Amino acid sequence: MTLRRRIFSTDHRTIGKQYYFLGLFSVLLGVALSLVMRYHVVRPKALGGAISPELYLSLMTMHGTLMVFFVLTVVPQSAFGNYFLPLQIGAREMAFPRLNMFSFWTTAASLAVLLSAFFVEGGAPISGWTAYPPLSAVGRIAGPGEGLGQTLWIVSIGIFCVASVMGSINFVATIADLRCKGMTLMRMPLPCWSWLITALLSLLAFAVLLGAAVLLLLDRSAGTSFFLPAGLYFNDTSIPGRAGGSPLLWQHLFWFFGHPEVYIAIIPGMGIVSHVLSAFSRKPVFGYRAMVYAMIAIAFLGFVVWGHHMFMSGMSPYSAVAFSLLTLAIGVPSAIKTFNWIGTMWGGRLRFTTAMLFAIGFVSVFVTGGLSGIVLGQPALDLYFHDTAFVVAHFHMIMGVAATFGIFAGTFFWFPRMFGRTLNERLGKLHFYLTFAGVYALFIPMHLLGLAGTPRRYPDFTSVDFLGALMPLHRFITHAAYTVAAAQLIFVANLFWSLKKGPRAALNPWEATTLEWTDAAHPVVHHGPYEYSSPGAPADFTMQTDAPNIRSEA
Amino acid sequence: MMKNMPAARDVVQGPPPPPPVDRGWGDGDGSDGRGADRRASFTGLFVLLAATIMVFAALTSAFIVRRGMSDDWTSLHKPPILWVNTAILLASSFLLDISRRALKARHRTKFNFWWSAGTVLGILFLVGQAFAWRQLRNEGVFIATNPSSSFFYVLTAAHAVHLLGGVTALVYVDVQALRLQLGPAKRTAIDISAIYWHFLDALWIYLMVLMYVWG
Repeated sequence: MTLRRRIFSTDHRTIGKQYYFLGLFSVLLGVALSLVMRYHVVRPKALGGAISPELYLSLMTMHGTLMVFFVLTVVPQSAFGNYFLPLQIGAREMAFPRLNMFSFWTTAASLAVLLSAFFVEGGAPISGWTAYPPLSAVGRIAGPGEGLGQTLWIVSIGIFCVASVMGSINFVATIADLRCKGMTLMRMPLPCWSWLITALLSLLAFAVLLGAAVLLLLDRSAGTSFFLPAGLYFNDTSIPGRAGGSPLLWQHLFWFFGHPEVYIAIIPGMGIVSHVLSAFSRKPVFGYRAMVYAMIAIAFLGFVVWGHHMFMSGMSPYSAVAFSLLTLAIGVPSAIKTFNWIGTMWGGRLRFTTAMLFAIGFVSVFVTGGLSGIVLGQPALDLYFHDTAFVVAHFHMIMGVAATFGIFAGTFFWFPRMFGRTLNERLGKLHFYLTFAGVYALFIPMHLLGLAGTPRRYPDFTSVDFLGALMPLHRFITHAAYTVAAAQLIFVANLFWSLKKGPRAALNPWEATTLEWTDAAHPVVHHGPYEYSSPGAPADFTMQTDAPNIRSEA
Repeated sequence: MMKNMPAARDVVQGPPPPPPVDRGWGDGDGSDGRGADRRASFTGLFVLLAATIMVFAALTSAFIVRRGMSDDWTSLHKPPILWVNTAILLASSFLLDISRRALKARHRTKFNFWWSAGTVLGILFLVGQAFAWRQLRNEGVFIATNPSSSFFYVLTAAHAVHLLGGVTALVYVDVQALRLQLGPAKRTAIDISAIYWHFLDALWIYLMVLMYVWG
């Protein structure tokens, strides 16, 4: 019975929490791996050479895979989405509770398979989270982790794809059909829109990755040549019996998934941030419809820009121009969102809670990370920046940090609803300021490394003259990384302490308007989601369930 | 045993209520009532179909690229049994629809018979596919023999995996029907599994065209 209730639960709240803690485990492991890498970069000779270049690469691969799949995909969408989607639209449950449970446990199985790669002969794979063939397809000969480790990696990703599709089915069906009375699409809180759009993205993207993963697995284990050309030669050994395949085919399939994937990571953050900014500015979201359409536009464009990851792969200049223009076009809806976030705050009575600070921080790092995206989106510049630390800095800022700030904003905002207690605001603010300063100290200099031509994925720069001179910058970055990691310990301590000892929270501690802050069993919605400070209303917030006569202007 | 069965269980109380016309655009009651559940099941089904289409779209694009850019593609001699299998699969779809019509006309026994027959044909299709693979193997055509055979095995196996899910759904409905537990709520399961089956049918015809025209 307990097993049924706590482990294999079909309750969307339990499943949401399970996803959250799965993500928390993954992020702590991922951060730990990155610290080992940063330590190694500045002191490559330490530990008696225990960290070989191959081990460095496998740490990097696992760091990327954990973060992209098991943190950035899982937490904003699956954790918060499962918990709050039914609450925000007034549904009693997700549409398919049992499928939901399977989805979580499939994700957990995927994580277990991924982590098992650490413990097999040869260790974890070394091909990065993109697993480009031919190196990822020829087996052990390409490196120690390319044996069983790489196979486990592909299997893990395949399982993850299935879990994501199951999750998407639940999200779309729940939003389409289980909204309560009065909850029209345009009255949905923006997180719901973001979860819907993300579900559609992950549905289409992960299905393609699943197909690609199967082909890669066959190239590795069944002797086929989907991605392997003839005449391959590794470590003084030729690879016989393969011919005609194309590594570029994998890149196209992978990035058709991979680019939408970064929006899968960031769009739920956009929804959460809009939600939080409105609540703590005591103002309606500026341009609610524009926010919705901008998210749809970003999601759509996300499917037609995959080629900008491949400017260096040998692409026709005409295709490159097309991909480049489409990529730059993403700046338009992104700018709409940014202006609307600022417009939401403009003239508001701002309440600087920790959740609000992280939401504002999100807007900041979103702009910072987005600007370098415009640089990278141009083929002429990308030819130089490709595979440098500039790219690493860009995607950590926009995908890693921005999405993580969205997660933190959501955590501080929704913790009272999830656990009935409040996180400590003092620790929260300390955590925010250290993290905010820390990530800028960490990633801005990393752009400079890229400008100077530092290639990514290299474990040791000391023996290269022009790169060795940049070691002071590396040391600065490493210390910033230590600081950011230490700041996260404050968060973890705050989280677990507040779980047990935090002050009890009221039902609607933030005086917010949406349905997750009511306990009505059968809510009926009469208002839009963000009616703050409506003239003539009795309070400065009008709950969506408030009687319609309280309204002044809708 | 039969006489212990409550009478109401094996009597279908008329056709299921039609999906509400509001399509759930904010006018539902958010409950887990049957209307919303039924609609959600259909939405979920269509989302699943979209995902399946994307899997095969990915494989198709790989097929086209792999075939177009290399000179090592030799046309695969397909086992003729594929035509028999195609006929069996089409027949199974046809039978499932006969049986759904029988249910609408409240002919429970007919429903059970035709649905079971359709399910058996579905399983027969899988057996036929296994024969096709064995024929190829006996001719010395393996997955790595040529890109055309690689894609043949991948596409047919991917289809078979999806079909296995479909057969599971058909068997589930059949067991429920034969145990006389097919209340009105199970109608959704019938419709869902039948639509999914028709979809797999269409998908197979698409794959036949792809493999015979370009494979």
